[in-house]
Amino acid sequence: MHELSITQSLIDAVLDRTGERTVTAVNLRVGPLSGVLPDAMRFCFDVASAGTPLEGARLMIDEPRGLARCRSCDDEFELADLILLCHCGSADVEVLRGRELMLLSVEVA
Amino acid sequence: MSLLQEPAAPVHPHEHPHDHEHSHDHGDGHAHDHAHPHSHDHGDHHPETIPLEQNLLAKNDLLAARNRGWLEGRGIRAFNVMSSPGAGKTTLLVRTLTDLGDRLRAGVIEGDQETSLDADRIRAVGRPVIQINTGAGCHLDADMLRRGLDALDPETGSTVFIENVGNLVCPALFDLGEAAKVVVVSVTEGDDKPHKYPHMFMAADLVIVNKADLLPYVDFDVDGFRRRTRQINPRTEFLVLSATTGDGLAGWYDWLGGTSSRSSTLTESLTDTLSP
Repeated sequence: MHELSITQSLIDAVLDRTGERTVTAVNLRVGPLSGVLPDAMRFCFDVASAGTPLEGARLMIDEPRGLARCRSCDDEFELADLILLCHCGSADVEVLRGRELMLLSVEVA
Repeated sequence: MSLLQEPAAPVHPHEHPHDHEHSHDHGDGHAHDHAHPHSHDHGDHHPETIPLEQNLLAKNDLLAARNRGWLEGRGIRAFNVMSSPGAGKTTLLVRTLTDLGDRLRAGVIEGDQETSLDADRIRAVGRPVIQINTGAGCHLDADMLRRGLDALDPETGSTVFIENVGNLVCPALFDLGEAAKVVVVSVTEGDDKPHKYPHMFMAADLVIVNKADLLPYVDFDVDGFRRRTRQINPRTEFLVLSATTGDGLAGWYDWLGGTSSRSSTLTESLTDTLSP
């Protein structure tokens, strides 16, 4: 359940910027290869934000799809997990997208 | 100079009510910005979006970078040893410290949710050890390591083993500032672990298959395990050993010594020796 400590650091990072202002929404981008479960973050966010200016804020999580490119055949393909294997048989695969774990922006009242 | 200048003669008489004297005096030449485009009416409590664009692990990564600099500055090598519970991390460390004796000046930082049982085992072989109890926490982070290093106070040029909380999931995401990540898997756990816990194996600099003395009794395919590990992480090094019997430990000691650690033939020969 590393999502709890990651959510806590999310809240700390937001408060560093927003101070006492009421935060109405938090926008994240969490890729499927980041090792973090968006649903677990949503669960943790309600708990961890209680009693802070983020309490009740909407947690908006953009979940991009994973994308990879094979260095052998140059094909680009969707990557649902971290098993780096191209259909051509090569494991020399570059992850282009999907490892994002980003705090994009916050909306304040 | 300023690109923001108003047109000299506004020809179309559209009336917007607010006078637009609002902002930029062009006195100093550069058009210094209102960071937020819709700001010019005078309440400062209007809703706004603040762009942040930062990695959620940025704070941990910063603390880890500080740890790394602190360690490198003192010539201390720190190894972050990770595995599921019961894979044999502590047994491997106790055996290592006993076998190498004075040849390896080393201290240990033990991470567990509760108890000092592991620290007691290290202390019994006469080495400095600090126990960190994470309570509900499932991993060590860079701040915890900072406090552990402060307490351990390792001597210059020594080695620090960090025994992370037994867990193949969470510790993978948290850089501590270590020189290398070592993942230990025991043959009783099954050879499918790399695909089940890819983040852990992707992070590993060295993967150790432990309890190789039990290979005759369990259904663990060393070659299959190695193949699955390579699919996740082609660059990781690989050792097969038994911390209990001592078979294969020479490869681990070589790796620690920084010699022949890149030799794949070493791994091959160990596999040949230890396979049933």
